[in-house]
Amino acid sequence: MQARATIPRERPSIGTRWNNFQRRYAPYIFISPFFILFLAFGLFPILFLAYLSFQEWQPSAGLGTMKFVGLRNYTDNLTDPAFWDALRHTFSLAVMSGVPQHLIAIPLAFAIHMGLRKLQGPLTAVYFVPYITSVVAISVTFFTLFSWQYGAINGLIQALHSLPLIGGLFPAERINWLGEKAFIQPAIALVVVWRFTGWNVVLYLAGLQSIPKDLYEAAAVDGATRAQQFRFITLPLLRPMMFLAITLTLIGNLQLFEEPFILTNGGGGPGQIGTTAVMYMLRTYQSYADAGLAAAMGWLLFVVIAVLTFVNNQVFGRSGLAGRE
Amino acid sequence: MAVVSPEVRPKPRRRGAVKPLSRGAAYLLLALGAILTIAPFYFMFVFATHDRSEIFQLPPPVWFGDDTAKNYQSLLERVPFWRSLWNSFYLAFISTATTLFFCSLAGYAFAMYNFKGREFLFGIVLATLLIPTALNIVPYALIMQALGWIDTPRALWVPGMAGAFGIFLMRQYIGSAIPKELMEAGRIDGATEFGIYRRIILPLCGPALGTLGLITFINSWNSFVGPLIIFRSPETYTAPLLLRSLQAVANTDWGALMVGVALTVLPLLVIFVFASRQLIEGLTSGSLKG
Repeated sequence: MQARATIPRERPSIGTRWNNFQRRYAPYIFISPFFILFLAFGLFPILFLAYLSFQEWQPSAGLGTMKFVGLRNYTDNLTDPAFWDALRHTFSLAVMSGVPQHLIAIPLAFAIHMGLRKLQGPLTAVYFVPYITSVVAISVTFFTLFSWQYGAINGLIQALHSLPLIGGLFPAERINWLGEKAFIQPAIALVVVWRFTGWNVVLYLAGLQSIPKDLYEAAAVDGATRAQQFRFITLPLLRPMMFLAITLTLIGNLQLFEEPFILTNGGGGPGQIGTTAVMYMLRTYQSYADAGLAAAMGWLLFVVIAVLTFVNNQVFGRSGLAGRE
Repeated sequence: MAVVSPEVRPKPRRRGAVKPLSRGAAYLLLALGAILTIAPFYFMFVFATHDRSEIFQLPPPVWFGDDTAKNYQSLLERVPFWRSLWNSFYLAFISTATTLFFCSLAGYAFAMYNFKGREFLFGIVLATLLIPTALNIVPYALIMQALGWIDTPRALWVPGMAGAFGIFLMRQYIGSAIPKELMEAGRIDGATEFGIYRRIILPLCGPALGTLGLITFINSWNSFVGPLIIFRSPETYTAPLLLRSLQAVANTDWGALMVGVALTVLPLLVIFVFASRQLIEGLTSGSLKG
């Protein structure tokens, strides 16, 4: 106030200039934290990872010990049978845990959508709750449920086996879920399916609700059966959501870490069947202390994810799952 | 109209009232799915009330036992459980507070200002969501090592405090719920740009801040890979790490471990009971609109 009284002519112009200045640059300042953090913890690490993938380096020995080795880290990885095993196991696990999620979620979402308006909120919440739960806590719980001699899951199978008629569908022997090569992946997949099915239900439900009702009514007027309505209205219009949900599952499943890590007690299970690519990468970095090799593995994994996402885009994104006329 | 209606009328009615058989099948399917979804949580809490020998017997316990106190004592003897729960809470709280501030600020800028390069810069924000997290694990570990941030919570909350998802969420909300005239009104009243954000915009962001806060808190509470890389000494462990360390020892006391598991999950379930709708909408909004 005093300043304004003493310099009556200049003050407003400085004030206006300051106002214009801050108005002009305020948005840049407001978004700058993101970009600073992204440069420091997003972009720089990735560029560093690219550089590192051509070096031989044990991080504990200090920066000066880096040695340029050309493509050797890549060739070493690509000729390492354990890396290919980890990739193969990641794929089979991704399929085993990815496909059922959607095959279960679509009918569930459809059933909720069909006529259970009142129960819709609570039911969706029940299906969704695994998604927000600590993976470690739930994997530890499943670890006990999968127990060979005394686990609840084997107990349930035994009980089902003793039923008349359908009992024959279930094995008489207890399954050594976490101790045998053949069962470790199904066990991990079961936990993943349990955790993510509800997430997909929510996505599909939202997709179903975005389909205009009058389309069904018009079809009903034209004499279309429910099955036909599902085939010619629901599926095609649900396609964008399917594409999105499948993409999310694909990207997530190729980076599975926590469930296999806990269920195999960090070790990868018998025959390393439960070792995923990310687990193997972290092990290469931590236990084998080879940062260059792990960096190259990171890029190889990135290429695999990018290629598969692209393929998914080509196959499902455009031509569609079922919707093409 | 009068001619058409007799033909039309039965059809809509059939749509509403599904055939009893298929409706029954739908109910059965949904009930079965719900039971299978809830069962692991149920066992989680039942096991927490039994001692080790009872958890591993056949048939496994299906009702609550009376060993909770014993398990709890055993848990506290083995590990500093409350310390780790506090570490988790501290980390989640700081993550949430910083995320809310920086994401709402950036979301406000993207939603309300017209500035050069806005679309391009927002494109970068969204593009960062597509980078696979797996790619970042090794360089992240190296950088934190180089910074000397191993065993400190800031190694986890600093990189995440202005995340792309939060910015996206806040931009959507501010852009659709808050009229731009409020900014002009603020300017006429002589508020600075930051003052407009703090005094006018922020108080109106309540619902979106609540949703983003819940999501951030839960994600931080559950995070495992980051803490696994950062925290090396047991007194810095967060709850998931502590559970993992209990599981890894040769002679695991499963009763004690299950008490720890139940106590770690319980806060999440309480939050979820009160805010499930808000959470689901917030978590899926990015995928639905993006």
